[in-house]
Amino acid sequence: MLALAAASSAPNAALPAVHSAAGDAHAGAEGAANALSGWISGAIAAPELSWAGWILGLPALAAIVCWVCAALRVKNKLPAIVTVAALGGAFGLTLALYFSYTGHYHSPVTVHLYDWMRFGWTAEGGSGAAFGSAEAFIADFGLYIDGLTLFWMLFVTGLGTLIALYASEYMESDVGGDYCRFFGSVSIFLLSMGCLVMGGNLALLYLGWEGVGVASYLLIGYYYGKPTAVAAAKKAFVMNRIGDLGLLVGIFLVWRHFGSIDFATIFKAVSQPVAADAHWSMGLIPFFLMLGAFGKSAQIPLFTWLPDAMEGPTPVSALIHAATMVTAGVYLIARMYPFFLLHPDALHTVAWIGGMTAFVAATIGLLQYDMKRVFAYSTVSQLGFMFLGLGVGTTFGAGYHVFTHAFFKALLFLASGAVMHGFAGQLDIRKISGLRNVPGFKIVSWTMFVGCLWLAAFPFSAGFFSKDEILYVAMTDPVHGSPVLAWIGLFTAFLTAYYTFRVWFRVCAGPVAFQPGEESHGHFHPHPPRVAINGVLAVLAIGAVLAGVPAYIAFFGGENWAEHMIGMSSAAQGVPSLGTSAAEHAGSAAHPTILGFDGHIAMFALSTIAGLAGLSLAWYFHLANRKAADSLKQSLLANPLVGWLPRALENKWYVDEIYDALFRKPMWAIGYVFAFVDKHLVDGTLVLGSGRLTAGLGRVFQPLYNGVLQGYAVTMAGGLGLILAWIVWAWMGGGGT
Amino acid sequence: MILRPAPILAETAVSAAGVYAASPQLLQLSLAVSVLLFVIGLVGFLTRRNMIMMFLCTELMMQAAALAFVTFSRMHMNTSGQVFVIFILTVAAAEAALALGLVVLLYRKKETLSIEAWSELKEC
Repeated sequence: MLALAAASSAPNAALPAVHSAAGDAHAGAEGAANALSGWISGAIAAPELSWAGWILGLPALAAIVCWVCAALRVKNKLPAIVTVAALGGAFGLTLALYFSYTGHYHSPVTVHLYDWMRFGWTAEGGSGAAFGSAEAFIADFGLYIDGLTLFWMLFVTGLGTLIALYASEYMESDVGGDYCRFFGSVSIFLLSMGCLVMGGNLALLYLGWEGVGVASYLLIGYYYGKPTAVAAAKKAFVMNRIGDLGLLVGIFLVWRHFGSIDFATIFKAVSQPVAADAHWSMGLIPFFLMLGAFGKSAQIPLFTWLPDAMEGPTPVSALIHAATMVTAGVYLIARMYPFFLLHPDALHTVAWIGGMTAFVAATIGLLQYDMKRVFAYSTVSQLGFMFLGLGVGTTFGAGYHVFTHAFFKALLFLASGAVMHGFAGQLDIRKISGLRNVPGFKIVSWTMFVGCLWLAAFPFSAGFFSKDEILYVAMTDPVHGSPVLAWIGLFTAFLTAYYTFRVWFRVCAGPVAFQPGEESHGHFHPHPPRVAINGVLAVLAIGAVLAGVPAYIAFFGGENWAEHMIGMSSAAQGVPSLGTSAAEHAGSAAHPTILGFDGHIAMFALSTIAGLAGLSLAWYFHLANRKAADSLKQSLLANPLVGWLPRALENKWYVDEIYDALFRKPMWAIGYVFAFVDKHLVDGTLVLGSGRLTAGLGRVFQPLYNGVLQGYAVTMAGGLGLILAWIVWAWMGGGGT
Repeated sequence: MILRPAPILAETAVSAAGVYAASPQLLQLSLAVSVLLFVIGLVGFLTRRNMIMMFLCTELMMQAAALAFVTFSRMHMNTSGQVFVIFILTVAAAEAALALGLVVLLYRKKETLSIEAWSELKEC
């Protein structure tokens, strides 16, 4: 069957147009690109690495233990201990895998764990040849390990461990109650995320994809007594389903056209030139795949679920809805990058959607008062930057931004969670001030300061370098690049710096003043975080700083570690800039320019200006002169020409209301029509009608059943008599036989 | 098994095996008694209101069936019918104990033996 599948993929031919164009433009890098297509097409089996399966096995065991604890109503912190230990073990194994992979293997490796799904058939008459030629479906449980896998797994398991540790303290008011459920769901999430990233074929990726969706649903709806949390969970689930349908159709099409869903096989097949008579539906593969990515990573038009997902406990917002799960869409596109070259417009679509999402989400973030909501919109916005990076052809920039963002966004969420924990659920930035002078909140404020600097892309922070890379490529890349999007991105970076520091200056700086949130009862005093929360915040702040180290190395002419890792994967296919070291970049004759200046220097300057401008604006309005912000807002609202703008921003551009009118209301109308038909025709006439018919017939004979025993006996005796008479009559030769 | 019923009517015959075969008159007489018993039981069951009497009537019908079994067994010179009768007697003994117990219980509930007190089992 395997041979059948491999043979069937052979007829696809002809390099995609975009691919060859990219090659022409980067004549100097062409050799590198060719070497990279050799990189992804030659996966080898490495059964000696089968212990890597325990990276998935440990969270699975932890999940089982947690759910057993839930069944047994365990009343201590055992589930947290087990989960943290299992995730820490998974992180250790990932590190071990990283060290045993890099340097020893020079191609992606596959690890076959066990057989899963295998179907095969032979096509009679070869009718399948015109439209794909799939004749077998094989999806085994196996791993596909390359640079991208390791890069992703390192921060997924590392951050997962830290955040589980944080949650062990943060969730302690639920010990004995829903504590087991929480950690069981977190373990399921890590298991699914590992399956998504490490799975050796698209079916496993899809399994993990849906698994993280389920875990996300369970955790957003964790406070199931709260109607808003339940609604948010349902919204996230439904919006993700729309995207998942796209992913599923994309997987079907990949299988149909390339005869397999195994990464090793399809990457080899897709690096072959595309046949001239290939069915047109092949070009749709990237669009369906990107729909899946848009759903999971909260891009326009499917972004509204992510801010609502902040109804879940804060560690969940940090882990799932900021650092890891929402980057699955970026991972999908990076992983399937060769397929995005199948249609010339696919990457442009990704870039534009990403750029617009970044901008729109940032504008909404400007006027939100809920701290977590600001960070939620900034997550959507930063995810937009990542998609912009993917779309303009820098998978390295996108991947590196995922990496740095994972640290500082987890840090920001956990810090705001610590504030929420300490002030009885208070998240309104108008009601807390001067946090850095409240006893016990020093670490929280200053780690949050680091996170804000990194998010605002302060010069020489990790977030600065990763965002810079994306904007630089967008500005200068001759093939995929789009200066318009780069300028939008730059403006978005300015907005980002403003709204980020708006939060910090309001909450952490200024005079000390606070009101407790709605969870407080009676006598209130702030409840500072203890060792687990402070420790995790400190480690994350250090991690966020260290995440910039690869960029510093690259800045001084070395090779960026993230670039190296992503260069060793399918994400490097068709990306000529990858795989060439920074030194070669610098020495390249055709050095791109921006506004007549050297590209790198100009971009550096522009980003710095954007970031500092946003920061100072926030400083003026939210620390130096807080009244100015209010009066400015009042005057804007009073002006009929521009008054709609703040209102629209505060109401999130009315996107939810528009979706409600466009989709929900018509669906309700259709539902009402169907309900009417069902109630009156199907139920009323057919179902109830047949029931009434039998009931009516029964009523005719009802008098026979009068409850008098002897009446029944007479009926029975009479019946027996009739049967007897009939037998005798037949016996006597009646009926003419 | 050797069957030697006493000759009731004059004509008796001896089969080749030396066993008495029943005369047709004997068989008819037995069946007539059986039918009579059954009809008495049936009519009694349908007309009486006292539960104990009704129960005794069912016993009558059952014994009528037993008698018919014995008769046909004799007619066909086949012992299966007699085996059946042994079963019927056993069942009847058990059933009598059960039914009388039920009757006692029903009596305790309503202080009457009349079947008319028990007519809930109806569609209304």
